[in-house]
Amino acid sequence: MIRTFSESEFLFIVSSARWTLLLTLLSLLLGGLLGFIVALARTSQLAPLRMLAAGWIGMIQGIPVLMLLFLSYYGLSMGGVDMPPIVAASVSMAIYASAYLGEIWRGSIQSVAWQQWEASAALAMSRAQQYRYVILPQAVRIAVAPTVGFIVQLVKNTSIVSIIGVVELARAGNLVNNATFAPFKVFGTVAAVYFIICWPISLLARRLEGKLNARRSG
Amino acid sequence: MPVVQVEGVRKSFGAVEVLKGIDLTVERGEVIAIIGRSGSGKSTLLRCINGLEGIQAGRIEVSGHKLDASGRGLRDLRKDVGIVFQSYNLFPHLRVGENIMLAPRVVLGVGKAEARQRAEEALAEVGLAERFEAWPDNLSGGQQQRVAIARSLAMKPKVMLFDEVTSALDPELTGEVLQTMERLAQHGMTMLLVTHEMAFARRVATQTIFMHQGKVWEVGPSERIFGAPQTPELRQFLGTGLK
Ligand SMILES: Nc1ncnc2c1ncn2[C@@H]1O[C@H](COP(=O)(O)OP(=O)(O)O)[C@@H](O)[C@H]1O
Ligand SMILES: [Mg+2]
Repeated sequence: MIRTFSESEFLFIVSSARWTLLLTLLSLLLGGLLGFIVALARTSQLAPLRMLAAGWIGMIQGIPVLMLLFLSYYGLSMGGVDMPPIVAASVSMAIYASAYLGEIWRGSIQSVAWQQWEASAALAMSRAQQYRYVILPQAVRIAVAPTVGFIVQLVKNTSIVSIIGVVELARAGNLVNNATFAPFKVFGTVAAVYFIICWPISLLARRLEGKLNARRSG
Repeated sequence: MPVVQVEGVRKSFGAVEVLKGIDLTVERGEVIAIIGRSGSGKSTLLRCINGLEGIQAGRIEVSGHKLDASGRGLRDLRKDVGIVFQSYNLFPHLRVGENIMLAPRVVLGVGKAEARQRAEEALAEVGLAERFEAWPDNLSGGQQQRVAIARSLAMKPKVMLFDEVTSALDPELTGEVLQTMERLAQHGMTMLLVTHEMAFARRVATQTIFMHQGKVWEVGPSERIFGAPQTPELRQFLGTGLK
């Protein structure tokens, strides 16, 4: 039986975006926290920490997100943990995000001029004080653009979690399309919703960047 | 007791020995100039004195803080040693006043009001009292260097180290920085300065050290070092232009 693409189908697609948003948010928070730790470890003075972080980044970046997803979904459920798919999805996306954000932020930290380290060390600051007051405030400015670029990628990449049964935006589109055979309307709607999520993020980033740059020569 | 005491300091980068047994003493209120060819180890010596570089042998003591090969006690020592480099290295994300207040606040734990007072005094000392709210990027090179000096002064160091602080500046801007240093000297600051400004060293420094090949080659009252150099190396250095 073929249904028509009506208001209820439209609303179903739009409302499923909440899972896309939730997933993005969770993986950002968790992955951001972990990624920050990875970035600090990667720029640490302790060689074992640096190696550990480099290993993490290299390993995660070398594995397709899909495999991370299967590993956390099937791996954890085989280990006896009964987990809703959204949790497995968040965990795997967070792990994925931690490696990429960690690498982006490592680069941002390292592109702060080394003389800034020297000048702050000469003022008797501890390593933690150097990070807190001198290095990170400058690294943030550098990190904004690539971080936002990654977040937009992340939003779009959440679509793969449909494979383990999470009905987020892309999966909802698929379901509706199978019932209505109105691919242009259906995927047009899906694309529009992705755009509506991603556009404000880019916009916000541009404003933030403008503000940060204005602040140093205003 | 001397403010700075350096004894038998040796420093290598890899297999290359850059400082080959340096002895030097700076008494309170003294201004000592260090001159010498590029590569003779002048910068390295200053960087060792505030622990930015570790040493392989010898002893460095600054106002009671000892520094040896272990590198302990570094931060306490640095509280008493100001250093200003050729590049100003102001913190670009902070206004001039914030640049100066930062270290007294977070390192010395000074309160906000006192930090502000220290910053205002230090800025007045370098003649930039009215630029408290300015952004570093909006200042000339000479002004930025004077702010860098003020930033060090606000820590109330026992000794100030200067490493060719006018070398990156356009000629018309070196004067204001040299004047600032001369005023500091007149106000009793203990100073150790690496410089290519021979006339300045001769006029302002009580003693001048000529470094050559990682050693203190010749040392004495500035008048004698410039007026009656003893070694052929110093004579050649002073004779063949000042670079
Ligand atoms: N971080 C470093 N690594 C290796 N060699 C260095 C380093 N810093 C300085 N040197 C070398 O040490 C020597 C002395 O340098 P420096 O102290 O900068 O001399 P100066 O300030 O008198 O020009 C030079 O040969 C220089 O190449
Ligand atoms: Mg030098």
